Amino acid sequence: MTYIPHTDKDREEMLAVVGVDRLDDLYEAVPENVRFPDLNLPDSISEMEVTQELQALSEANLEVFHTSCFLGAGAYNHFIPSVVDHTLRRNEFYTAYTPYQPEISQGTLQTIFEYQSMMCQLTGMDVSNASHYDGATSLAEAMILALNQHRGKRNKIVISPAIHPHYRQVVRTYSQGMGIKITGDEKSDTESKDLVKMLDGDTALVAVQYPDFFGNITDLSALGDAAHASGALFCVVVNPLALGMLVPPGDFGADIVVGDGQPLGISLSYGGPTLGIFTTKDKYVRKMSGRLVGETVDNRGQRGYVLTLTPREQHIRRDRATSNICSNQGLMVLASAVYLSVVGKQGLRKVAELCYHKAHYAAERIDALKGFKLWNKHPFFHEFVVKCPRPVAEINERLLEWDILGGYDLGQEYPDLKDHMLIAVTEVIAKEEIDDLVAALEEVSND
Amino acid sequence: MTEPLIYELSSPGRKGVSLPAVDVPETTFPEGLVRENLPLPEVAENDVVRHFMRLSQLNYCVDTGFYPLGSCTMKYNPKVNEDMARLPGFAFTHPLQDPGTAQGNLAMMYALQDWLMEIGGFAGMSLQPAAGAHGELTGILIIRAYHQDRGDKERTKIFIPDSAHGTNPASTTMSGMDVIEIPSDARGNVDLDELKKHCDERVAGLMLTNPNTLGLFDEHVREVIELIHGCGGLIYGDGANMNALLGVVRPGDLGIDVLHYNLHKTFSTPHGGGGPGSGPVGVVEKLVDFLPDPVVGIVDEGDETKPPLYGLITPKKSIGRVKAFHGHFGVILRAYTYMRMLGKSGLRAVSDYAVLNANYLLAKLRDTYKVPFDRICMHEFVAEGHWDDAPDIHALDIAKRLMDYGFHPPTNYFPLIVPEALMIEPTETESKESLDAFIEAMLAIAKEAREDPETLKSAPHKTLFGRMDEVQAARQLVLCCRPGYLDNPDNK
Repeated sequence: MTYIPHTDKDREEMLAVVGVDRLDDLYEAVPENVRFPDLNLPDSISEMEVTQELQALSEANLEVFHTSCFLGAGAYNHFIPSVVDHTLRRNEFYTAYTPYQPEISQGTLQTIFEYQSMMCQLTGMDVSNASHYDGATSLAEAMILALNQHRGKRNKIVISPAIHPHYRQVVRTYSQGMGIKITGDEKSDTESKDLVKMLDGDTALVAVQYPDFFGNITDLSALGDAAHASGALFCVVVNPLALGMLVPPGDFGADIVVGDGQPLGISLSYGGPTLGIFTTKDKYVRKMSGRLVGETVDNRGQRGYVLTLTPREQHIRRDRATSNICSNQGLMVLASAVYLSVVGKQGLRKVAELCYHKAHYAAERIDALKGFKLWNKHPFFHEFVVKCPRPVAEINERLLEWDILGGYDLGQEYPDLKDHMLIAVTEVIAKEEIDDLVAALEEVSND
Repeated sequence: MTEPLIYELSSPGRKGVSLPAVDVPETTFPEGLVRENLPLPEVAENDVVRHFMRLSQLNYCVDTGFYPLGSCTMKYNPKVNEDMARLPGFAFTHPLQDPGTAQGNLAMMYALQDWLMEIGGFAGMSLQPAAGAHGELTGILIIRAYHQDRGDKERTKIFIPDSAHGTNPASTTMSGMDVIEIPSDARGNVDLDELKKHCDERVAGLMLTNPNTLGLFDEHVREVIELIHGCGGLIYGDGANMNALLGVVRPGDLGIDVLHYNLHKTFSTPHGGGGPGSGPVGVVEKLVDFLPDPVVGIVDEGDETKPPLYGLITPKKSIGRVKAFHGHFGVILRAYTYMRMLGKSGLRAVSDYAVLNANYLLAKLRDTYKVPFDRICMHEFVAEGHWDDAPDIHALDIAKRLMDYGFHPPTNYFPLIVPEALMIEPTETESKESLDAFIEAMLAIAKEAREDPETLKSAPHKTLFGRMDEVQAARQLVLCCRPGYLDNPDNK
């Protein structure tokens, strides 16, 4: 199957118009000694065969749909109302390109505008861009904004160890040629009051996560105040779903809010694609990277939307652009906008509360088990840490026999948290599943 | 034809979804940490469906009609790709589950890495970059890391031809290296004499788009690459235009050291209204150790009785992660589906017919539209949207008028080295009939430009929206819905 519509007759007529005899003649500019390599690739197959092959391959995976999933750590199994995927399947959305021609792209543009509005309201900030790739790259872009804001005069970034390990790794990858120092996350027990002590006149940005990677929710206003007193920008990495019930970072002084939009109606899909949330204050809008949609009118007096402030972007400013980003997560933005619309004001609160109550029930029951201990010292949202009597990998292997996907093994990224499991509980988990987990953990710890 | 904002459809107390009751004992909320207001819309499911359905109808898309947007490869997106990405065994897998329980995902990714290496002539591949620009940053960081590892710390100069995508210089700046712009010569190639002047021991590399953004295969590609390699630099290949080269030439055989693909261009994954894309990066042998962490590899070869075991492997001198988790898995899966179906012969046919379609359009339009670098093109070409005898008409007017004829306009005002550029890329999935209809419209517009310029200046006329006031949008920034809805005390 090739999706090429040309008949032999079409081809011959077209070659005659072009003035060459054969298709091969179109490539004379290609050096002859490397032209037309014999590629070692599989042969063509039909649509039916590819479907069968991929169905078989997909069945080689364990999927969370048929398990009780207590694994989170930045990707969460939430309920997605049917209307979300029905909308994503609209050809007009998924087969369109970037809305560079606003007259025939109002569907995408208005959707982004509505998404930007929802992100501002969720995070309590003034402006949102049209999204970055994911939460990790959003945090890296926050770093770049802060460095630019200080015009290269401040060269230190302070980051909490309780930010997702992948996000911190991405920030380090992005910064390797920038000649800056990233500090703060050397020890896993560093809290926001400890971060305050690291702020100085060289600090461009301090970043924390809320709820943090271990699930904790704490009052971050003192850190925000300290950041501002030292002249640093204050960035908060959020789980947007938690903001259905938690005080938004805009209320405690955040300058930039980033996060991953996956919990808002985006399927797990082995971790991607998702979207990167990026919101900030009005005063940083011209330093913010990424696409931005603004409201305007057309020449018939109708309200309409366009990409705006494009002179910040790479296709105009090239090497002086705020970032190299040349896309946004358009279809994922649509998923989140539809999700937040249909779940709405009351529904998002309800989902967040369901997660909260279920997680606390699970934590309390596991903490009561012999050998297990709840590690969190602060209130938490829908994720918590338990110290286990055995290595987490061993426990998880046993849990699979119960059709349970166990929590994240923190020892992989935090050596001093060996034998500590990060457990996530979302609204899709029923009480019976939590009780089963507790029973399974009890059995596993006894053998 | 304006559609209200979702906020304008909102009514306090209305619900769009039903959720189960709490089935566990409730826990009190932490004091001082719970928000009081959450000003999201309150609408019924039917409202949501109609709203987004009506919004969808305001979009032009590939499934509406011809979309010859140069440099973007707007080919048909096979529907089976969408179904495969939604198979529960793929869509409901968690990125951090044990690799032993995700062998289907990893086997698929391993095969795709392999095919992309074979097509490009590379020894290693990362599927992690989220988009073309993200692949560029990854590739440039790999080049930087290679020089640093050799103790060559003074190598910071990256050459970029003036015809390059804007992402090339922007990515280079993000990597902390310096951009040196190189002009094009009279035939649209990299200006070799100019390049020679800058070649010294500070060269880190050159970013080459080949075919370039004029749609031309660089006639000096060998000399350019030898020159850069000769002074110790590496060649970055911008794979945006790979649709012209499948089975035609392997970039690695030309001497390109690092290259990103755009799965959303060459390998038929949908553009999604601006994303998500996917920008895998391939490298030659000496750069394999610098790839992003992790790559998919075989950790146990297996035998007749058991299949190989796939796992995630950290390259020895990796530049680090460029993204959380494993890249845009859903996009990668769509590309796999497409490549598996087309196979070796189908992929070669893609390039053959993409190049044939572009040359057919070029042949039919070159007498009416000036083509500044006129020779056999690859998968696209650039014409000028301006005539001396129709001085008021610009590329923008032609673009807008094309909408009235039912077409998406070509890319305009890029590349910057052609005045009033119209960059036309038909792709292989368009029939001769659809090309002929487009040619007819382009010729009619050229006639209108002389006889009735006002119709072009005020176009489009038949679309649901007219030209937008972009100046107002930038001067009076309205970037989110605050007035109106949120001014109502009930919504606070």
